[in-house]
Amino acid sequence: MQSYYKDENNVAMKLHFDVIKDDFSRAGEASSKIKNTLRQLAIDANLLRRIAIATYEAEINLVIHSFGGTIEVYIKPDCVEIYVEDCGPGIENVERAMTKGFSTATSIAREMGFGAGMGLPNMEKVSDEFAIESQLDIGTQIKMVVKY
Amino acid sequence: MHLKNIKEIVNAEVLAYEEGLDMEILTAFGSDLMSDVLAYVEEDTLLITGLTNQQVIRTAEMLDLKAILFVRGKIPAEDVLTLAREKRIILMSTKESLFTVSGMLYTNGLKGISI
Ligand SMILES: Nc1ncnc2c1ncn2[C@@H]1O[C@H](COP(=O)(O)OP(=O)(O)O)[C@@H](O)[C@H]1O
Ligand SMILES: [Mg+2]
Repeated sequence: MQSYYKDENNVAMKLHFDVIKDDFSRAGEASSKIKNTLRQLAIDANLLRRIAIATYEAEINLVIHSFGGTIEVYIKPDCVEIYVEDCGPGIENVERAMTKGFSTATSIAREMGFGAGMGLPNMEKVSDEFAIESQLDIGTQIKMVVKY
Repeated sequence: MHLKNIKEIVNAEVLAYEEGLDMEILTAFGSDLMSDVLAYVEEDTLLITGLTNQQVIRTAEMLDLKAILFVRGKIPAEDVLTLAREKRIILMSTKESLFTVSGMLYTNGLKGISI
């Protein structure tokens, strides 16, 4: 797997969103705004959908699993890069977390329709490049690249 | 199949964006797991579910789905209806169960998605 690294080269536009822990009523707002901005840039509908899936699953994870974090989107001439960072609690075993069906989600998350353990594997599936790094008590960083 | 026909077949009440009922959809997917919807639904599909929270509308928005059919008589809260109208997503509700509406629609020619 790739390592997490923020590539500041050739960024045409940057978007930044804060995502708050347990803020269920606003979960999805950042992904919605990202999708609307990219649509205005006339990005192909299929790519748009892949990016939306990636950011939305990441956003939900920030809300239900993390202490809160950020989603940054770098729009570049040849791709869109999505950087997701949070400030803990970190993932003990990343390989296990990436397995389809593995989930530590609470009943509240399950009531919303999440907690199937499909988020991370699906984020990887829709990305052309995917990197995840996590350290217990420090946080999790995910980079996803979708190429035009 | 036209959404109008679907409404008649399952005897549904339209809750949001009735203007869109003339549109056509080709497939349907029934699930209460939004992550599974996000993982499997690719083409323009009718989402059939018993969940009525905001995340269902968000999921449809992310996937560009045109319509959601709620089963077991479920009706979403007003803020959820408002979000759907804003996103131009048709919401319908039927008293029937997920299994029953799936059977009714399948018999009438609506197909499932390929997994
Ligand atoms: N940002 C995060 N911080 C801490 N743990 C996480 C984070 N994202 C995912 N995880 C862990 O990885 C597991 C799998 O995540 P995912 O595949 O999205 O499934 P789900 O969200 O349905 O549980 C989660 O249940 C959780 O234990
Ligand atoms: Mg998840």
